Amino acid sequence: MYAETTDIQDQSVIQKTQKKSGIQTLGPWAVVLSLIWIAHFLSPALDPYYFSILIYAGINIVLAVSLNLVNGFTGQFSMGHAGFMSIGGYTAAFLTTTLQIHSPALLQDPILGRLIFFGALWMGGLVASLAGYLVGLPSLRLKGDYLAIVTLGFGEIIRVILLNIDAVGGARGMPNIPLLTDFGLVYSLVLLVTFVIWRLIRSAHGRAFLSVREDEIAAEAMGVNPTRAKVRAFVIGAFFAGVAGGLFAHNLRYLNPQTFDFNRSFEIIIMVVLGGMGSITGSIVAALFLTIIREALRPLQQITGLDLRMVIYSLMLITLMLTRPNGLFGTRELPDFLPKKLRSRLTGTSYTEEVKV
Amino acid sequence: MIEFMQHLINGLSLGSIYALIALGYTMVFGILQLINFAHGDVYMLGAFTGMYTIRVFHLNDHPSFSSLMITLLAAMIGCATVGYAIERLAYRRLRKSPRINVLITAVGVSLFLEFSGQLIFGSDPKFFPQIYTPQLNFSAGELRLNPLQVIVFAISLILMGVLQFIIFRTRLGRAMRAVSFNHDLASLMGIPTDRVISYTFMLGSAMAGAAGVLVGIIYPKIDPLMGTLPGLKAFVAAVLGGVGNVTGAVIGALTLGLAEEFLVGYWTPTYRDALAFAILILILLFKPTGLFGVRRSEKV
Repeated sequence: MYAETTDIQDQSVIQKTQKKSGIQTLGPWAVVLSLIWIAHFLSPALDPYYFSILIYAGINIVLAVSLNLVNGFTGQFSMGHAGFMSIGGYTAAFLTTTLQIHSPALLQDPILGRLIFFGALWMGGLVASLAGYLVGLPSLRLKGDYLAIVTLGFGEIIRVILLNIDAVGGARGMPNIPLLTDFGLVYSLVLLVTFVIWRLIRSAHGRAFLSVREDEIAAEAMGVNPTRAKVRAFVIGAFFAGVAGGLFAHNLRYLNPQTFDFNRSFEIIIMVVLGGMGSITGSIVAALFLTIIREALRPLQQITGLDLRMVIYSLMLITLMLTRPNGLFGTRELPDFLPKKLRSRLTGTSYTEEVKV
Repeated sequence: MIEFMQHLINGLSLGSIYALIALGYTMVFGILQLINFAHGDVYMLGAFTGMYTIRVFHLNDHPSFSSLMITLLAAMIGCATVGYAIERLAYRRLRKSPRINVLITAVGVSLFLEFSGQLIFGSDPKFFPQIYTPQLNFSAGELRLNPLQVIVFAISLILMGVLQFIIFRTRLGRAMRAVSFNHDLASLMGIPTDRVISYTFMLGSAMAGAAGVLVGIIYPKIDPLMGTLPGLKAFVAAVLGGVGNVTGAVIGALTLGLAEEFLVGYWTPTYRDALAFAILILILLFKPTGLFGVRRSEKV
């Protein structure tokens, strides 16, 4: 791992001297973005059932990638991601439902409505990241197991508080949320979260996160403030969890605090662990896979009348830890599996020989 | 005053059940530095083992103290077996893995027990049959004491005493303390560490099993997810008392039980489940070693 850090310094030098190409520039991201919107406008031609599954998968990708920043790249085991998701969801839903009551025409407008929704999502993310800051600042001084249980506790506290706020329906839940989430928006945000975290990890701040994961004491000796790095990762993770919560709320059109219980957090954790803690593309693949598996299991559940999903998830988690604890991808990304020449063209970096540590 | 006493008694009986669960947490943490997330679910299995024992042997036809004892014993043995199996099949193979992997496995085991419990027992709450209706009267004036609560409190005190005896007065207990002090050195001294760890899991799980039955007697409604929240709360109790400290766990659990009961009685019942976590966060912020814990310095 130390070899990797020296490799990175090389990379930054190369980036300054070489012409940038591949996914270091904005080009490929723009191509994917336009593909997403082409798919979006073709969507009415397709089976709406498959499209709704894809939307759900997209929301899960946002959640998994953002949790991976905390659990994978920064090495802090958070178990309260559903809590931040619920805060973002409730905030965004509260804003749009209020607006819908006062001036429903605004949300109907195809462009203005999207912009307003985007603003509401952003607000949800901001409130969630504020909560992340408040939660993270005290608890991220704790390590490993303690942090896990404190974040779990915070998730529960958020749920209990939401149950007791009457303005958002309390235990009855929050109905009549306008349907604003669509395929294009979800996958634009998937692209955004992937882009932000992909680039973040390759920046000085992101390297600080990685160094905290590898060895906190060594990182501190190198001038990284571990608590600050952890809080940063946590706040960014919470922000995107909040955005995902907003997307979720405006897709399902109904919110209930019980939706965001520990099992929800656990579902996100298993996506991260299955994909590989420290692999963005791993999280994406795992989130897609698990969402589709869940739908594929639905007929089986109808036949047997049993909810096998959680049993399968938990068994999968145990087996994974016993046989392949790094998940499917480990800390590698999808391009890392390509031949070296193609890879350097695609990612725009010339790789030095990787040193195995 | 009467009301206060009533809350005090309720709090203590709730706290004594938390204490039985917290003991398992604190023992396992002391020896492996692992939060055994599945511990709360072992407690759930204890309640179900008790229920099925009663049904199979028709113990509720003749409610008596001895049938209570038989149920308790069956649940303790059953849970000790489960605890042994969990340690043997999952945790032992991960002894050398990073702690985060063990933690994830523990979460996985916990959810596996919960949801396979739902498959096997059904997810709807089950009624725990009455096996003991004591003809004792503990009432004093207007103060009404539920005799069952007194019995539960007494039994848990006895079990804690037995555990205390095992840990501090027997060879096994000494071995357990040695392993928790320094795993590698203990193994150099000829202590079979793996076996000692297994025994620790079995002892802790047996305590949780007893707690399951005792809860079944007082609150006769059991379901496969009943272990989640008491499990987490018992962990909070263990941290409150200083994790790894057996006496501390008991005191922490009684404190937590009382705090919950008074919160519900005098203020609001809605925040009941949030209280434990609030306590956890406060204690970790201001006194991370807990009330009676020993500070261990971190080595580079």
